[in-house]
Order: sequence, then C-alpha cells, then structure tokens
Amino acid sequence: MVNIIWVALAVFGIVFAAFNGTMQEVNQAIFSTLDEAVMITLSLAGVLIFWLGLMKIAEEAGLLSGLSRLFRPVVQRLFPDIPKDDPAIGYILSNMTANVFGLGNAATPMGLKAMKELKRLSGSDQASRSMITFLALNTSSLTLIPTTIIAIRMKYDSHDPTSIVGSTIIATLISTAAALCIDRYFHYRRRRNLKYD
Amino acid sequence: MISVWLIPGLIATVLITAVWKRVPAYEVFVEGSKEGIQIAISLLPFLLGMMVSIAIFQASGAMGAVLKVFEPLFTMLSIPEEILPLAFIRPISGTASLGMATELIRTHGPDSFIGQLVSTMQGSTDTTLYIITVYFGAVGIKRMGDALKVGLLADFVGIVAAIIVVIILFQ
Repeated sequence: MVNIIWVALAVFGIVFAAFNGTMQEVNQAIFSTLDEAVMITLSLAGVLIFWLGLMKIAEEAGLLSGLSRLFRPVVQRLFPDIPKDDPAIGYILSNMTANVFGLGNAATPMGLKAMKELKRLSGSDQASRSMITFLALNTSSLTLIPTTIIAIRMKYDSHDPTSIVGSTIIATLISTAAALCIDRYFHYRRRRNLKYD
Repeated sequence: MISVWLIPGLIATVLITAVWKRVPAYEVFVEGSKEGIQIAISLLPFLLGMMVSIAIFQASGAMGAVLKVFEPLFTMLSIPEEILPLAFIRPISGTASLGMATELIRTHGPDSFIGQLVSTMQGSTDTTLYIITVYFGAVGIKRMGDALKVGLLADFVGIVAAIIVVIILFQ
C-alpha cells in the first residue's frame, strides 16, 4: 500500500504539473527536498545519539524495568504478544511517557529503539501485531500537553494560551481509543482470514 | 513554565540513579549512543524517498486541486473551509502542517474559533506517514500489514473528534 501511495503521489504530481504549467516548481521542490531530508536526518541523528545514550544508562540503572513493573497490567493488555519482563516494554513505556508530555524529540528515539526490540522479538521483515499496535498509538498522538502549539499561541498574544489543553486531551483520548479499536478490528480480521484460507 | 524543568530533571534523575547504582555512566552512554548513528543512517533513504514524492505532489498544485474538490462538502457542514488543507496535510507532513497551523493562528488570532480548532487538531493527531516511514524504515520492515490503514483511519477519527469537541466547547 505504501508502494502505491508513494508512486501515485509522484506520478500524479508530475502529470498534473505538465497540464498546470508548474514543472519549474516541481524541479525546485525535488532538489530542495533532498537537502531538507538530509538536514532532518542529521538533526534527528543528534537527538537519537543523545537519547539512546541516556536511555542506555536508564536501562542499566534499572529505571526502565522499574517503569515496566509499574505499568505492567496496562502494557500486557495493549501488547499481549510481548513476553513479561522483556526490555521492549521499558522502551515502549518511555516513548509513551515522552509523548504524553509533548517531548516529541525525546519520543522518537525511544520509539525507534522500541521498534528494534519488537523486531528482535518477531525476527521477520513483516510488521508484527505489537508493532502495528505501537504505531497506531503513536500516529494517533498521545500528547496531553501540546507544548509546541502552546508556544505558538503565546507568540501571537493569546489571552489564554493553555485554553486548548482541555479540548486537546478530549480529542486525543477519542483518537487514541479509536486507533486501538481499529487496530483490534484489523487484528481479528487478519486472524479470521487466516482461518478460512 | 513546568516544561522547562522536564528534560533537565529527567537527565538529572537518570544520572543520579546511575551513580547510586554504581553504573559507569559515561561509558554506558557512549555505548548506547552508537546505536543512534546506525539508526539515523538507515533511516535516510526511507525519509528522503517519501519526502520527495510528497514535495512533487504539493509543488505541482495537485494537492490544492484535490482540496478544491472537498471544499463544498465543508461549507455544507458549516465547518470553516480554511481548516481543510490542514486536515489533509496533518497525516502527511509534520513541518508543512505546523507551518500551516502557525499561519492560520497568526491570521485568525489564537483565540478565534479557527485558532482554537487549529490548535486542537495539531495537538490531537500526529504525522502518520512520517511515523510509519521512520519507525518501519529504521528496523527494515518491508511488509507493513495494516499499519497504514489503521493510522489513517485513526487520523480521520481524530480530526472529526477535534472539530466536534471544539464546536461543543468553544462555540
């Protein structure tokens, strides 16, 4: 499905540009995006190197397993496929915690590390059930305190920059609950299809 | 603001616990960090490929044309049509949607209905395509299963939820 989306966006864009007379803009966009992608990766590299180093200390010091023990019942419900006491749980939880506090750039490294741990558990190049659930949680956003948006609202002189925290929390809860339901639905559909195959 | 204290506080907690537990903090830090370089490099092809494709679609004007098609539907539901581009861009590109949200907040004011709606939408969903590209790319997953479908459907629910919640709370 990603293959289709990827090809369709580019091909449809180029064909459209031919009729729309925007080929020049497309050319510019292609080459400026290449630079931009490298810059994003570089700045992400800095964040990754720092947080993965710090999280390794947290792991060795026993902080991650402490966090896992604390939230074990919740995680086992969400990710029934992960063995108890697996280090993956610690990274999943630290990713979720960082997301809740709106620390986007700390959340990504922990999320990537969590994916690596999940890959170690599944050992194939196909997305496992836990990976899909984990992505569903991340794409629906778990942010309870949207720090970036609050900062932007302050910059443009809002009377009450944090007035949107309440509505964001409600909308986030709805979208996360929906993501989990949709994820479960697809999981059971996959299983049913397997049975009849 | 409390958020200024969060990250330094977290770092201090980890380091103090490490000293307490007699973990050789610096050595462990360097050891764990190395993995970061490897993840970042393996990420680049996935990210770059996806970003180029999206950029072509946007720069050609095709994105704008697709949005035009949906405009009447929005006016019918009496949702401000200014929101529409943001609703579409949000799952696809994080930087583009943040730029768009900032622009909408600047022109309409942060305390206007549109300003509140934009703020809520931005906070309550995330960039699905980016997350899927980056997370699966970093560990080399080729068959993504239902991940994209689940993510995009959840985005749709999230945006509809944001609109309804803001209408109820602020109008």
